[in-house]
Amino acid sequence: MAKRRKPKARPPSRRPVLVPRHRAAGRATEPLDLNRCERFLLHEARLLDDGKFDDWLALFTPDAWYWVPSEPDQDNPHDTVSLIYDDRRLLETRVRRLASPRIYSQEPRSRTSRIVSNVSIEDSGNNACTVRSKFLMIEYRRDSQRLFAGTAFHRLVQVDGGIFIASKRVNLVNCDAPLDGIVVPF
Amino acid sequence: MSNIDAELARLIAPGRVHRRLYTDPAIFELEMERIFDAAWVYVGHESQIKKPGDYFATRMGRKPVVLVRDEEGKVRVIRNQCAHRGAMVVATDKGNAAEFTCCYHGWTYHLDGRVKAVPLNHGYPQGFDPKDPKIGMLPVPRVKSYRGFIFASGASDGPSLEDSLGHMTTSLDDMVDRAPDGEIEVAGGVFKHAYDGNWKVYFENLCDAAHPLFTHRSSIDAALAQSDDVHSDGSGEIAIRQMRQNAAPYSFWETQVGIWTYPNGHSYLGDYHDDSKLVAALKDPVFRQYIAALERKKGKEEAKRILEVRRWNSNIYPNVSLMSQFQQLRVVYPIAANRTVVHAYSFRLKGAPDQMLRNAVSFANVVNGTGSLVLTDDLEIYNRLDMGMSSEGCEWLQIGRGYQSDVPDAHGGRRGKNSTSEVYIRNMLDAWLGLMTKGQAAPVRAAS
Repeated sequence: MAKRRKPKARPPSRRPVLVPRHRAAGRATEPLDLNRCERFLLHEARLLDDGKFDDWLALFTPDAWYWVPSEPDQDNPHDTVSLIYDDRRLLETRVRRLASPRIYSQEPRSRTSRIVSNVSIEDSGNNACTVRSKFLMIEYRRDSQRLFAGTAFHRLVQVDGGIFIASKRVNLVNCDAPLDGIVVPF
Repeated sequence: MSNIDAELARLIAPGRVHRRLYTDPAIFELEMERIFDAAWVYVGHESQIKKPGDYFATRMGRKPVVLVRDEEGKVRVIRNQCAHRGAMVVATDKGNAAEFTCCYHGWTYHLDGRVKAVPLNHGYPQGFDPKDPKIGMLPVPRVKSYRGFIFASGASDGPSLEDSLGHMTTSLDDMVDRAPDGEIEVAGGVFKHAYDGNWKVYFENLCDAAHPLFTHRSSIDAALAQSDDVHSDGSGEIAIRQMRQNAAPYSFWETQVGIWTYPNGHSYLGDYHDDSKLVAALKDPVFRQYIAALERKKGKEEAKRILEVRRWNSNIYPNVSLMSQFQQLRVVYPIAANRTVVHAYSFRLKGAPDQMLRNAVSFANVVNGTGSLVLTDDLEIYNRLDMGMSSEGCEWLQIGRGYQSDVPDAHGGRRGKNSTSEVYIRNMLDAWLGLMTKGQAAPVRAAS
């Protein structure tokens, strides 16, 4: 590990509010339609690409889970291992670790670029819906690039006009391939 | 001693090893022949091929093989190569078959690898005989199972599996004895990780008690700062508890934990994680239920003996590592001098509560998971080792910690004064040199 210089004090953030835009924009009466869901997914992808993992974590409900199965068509995260299976407590730990200066697997940091597309609503009702989307993610780190692709299923719920993730399942097309470590979430 | 043997012997010295062992492609090629095609290597578990016709396609070193149970129920390991043009015959990971058929020209094989039928048989020269035992999906010369763990050796003769395992049979016993019904089976899927580095560094790290506090600092800090009031379905709790255990200070490793090594490169870390500190803590209702089942089937005294075997990773050289308390097994597949793949399996303890497998799965996710908060930093180390070692400069690597304080052990091995001794690396390197020079070099060099 290289010793780091103490970072210079940064000017205060220009962001006027900490409330994510999707949340401020919503109103309780507005339905969770395709347009809002799609905008939400793009917002989430942008937070991840920008490395704003705390803000990303804030999108999840207090009892949310995040899951990347190790097998295609994996039935559940309890009886079979998963590339990632985080209940809310572990997800918080994961995000906190990402900010650690001693996370050697992120020295140097990855840069990612995501495309989210083919968004559809699978089922909806009662201020909640399941959204299916396709994604491509390029991860660049230390002279090499990896390409991940797959299908994401977000269970979205609307609370006080804001959209939150109750669960997220990411099916990688190569989930059962031999892979080097996965540190940046999908 | 041949020139090559002498050259290999010069790469290992007391407490030191030359970086070429981990980076030289020519040495790697020799390892494939003299270690992975000669020593007893782990191939698979009997529960992966329960019924006649069940097969499991895997590799011994780099060579594709098929582990299969034949019509008579006998376990076979045959080369996954067609005798005709050399194509890989079995292309699915696992399944059940009455025979194997090559997709190129339709040669078919019995489950034991003998040729069954050759299309256009009449077209071959007179001397061609498909019944010739040299023609077929050739059997690996020796296959032996120890309590369900199947090993094979590419050498027709040599020490028996039991002799080769020596005292390490007790670690295999430990895996099986923990099942109330006396049987375990592969369950819960498999992790496959890959890194750009040598296979030996993975094996060496499994007994490295001096690295967690430093390498895993990011997950230790994150886990220590985690509030326990936040929702968990139980799996995150297991993960976080494991990460916190990595915070054990050096003094813990130097006073509470031991490292044992045995002939042929084997080793284990011991006295670690007593069950009261483990995730499956004694007061945990599932674990208590499990203990009750174990006592019912085996008696109180035997159950106590079984649970008091407290080994962390048991490493059977050259390619398999066991962790009995959470029913884990890892197999190392060398791909190139600078490329390795590891498969990590979990086991179900028959007769134990279902939740025990779920706990093993949660544990696997944090310790062996591709996206684990812990393993990802280990993988980074393996990659960096190769990035550093593969260039000239630091020619001799230091593996001497504990060199002067290691002591003989009652079962014919050597143990460190405590777990931070690097005796396990020295022991593996001595086994390495023995195999690589077919015993021609002095048997003990790296260790004292």
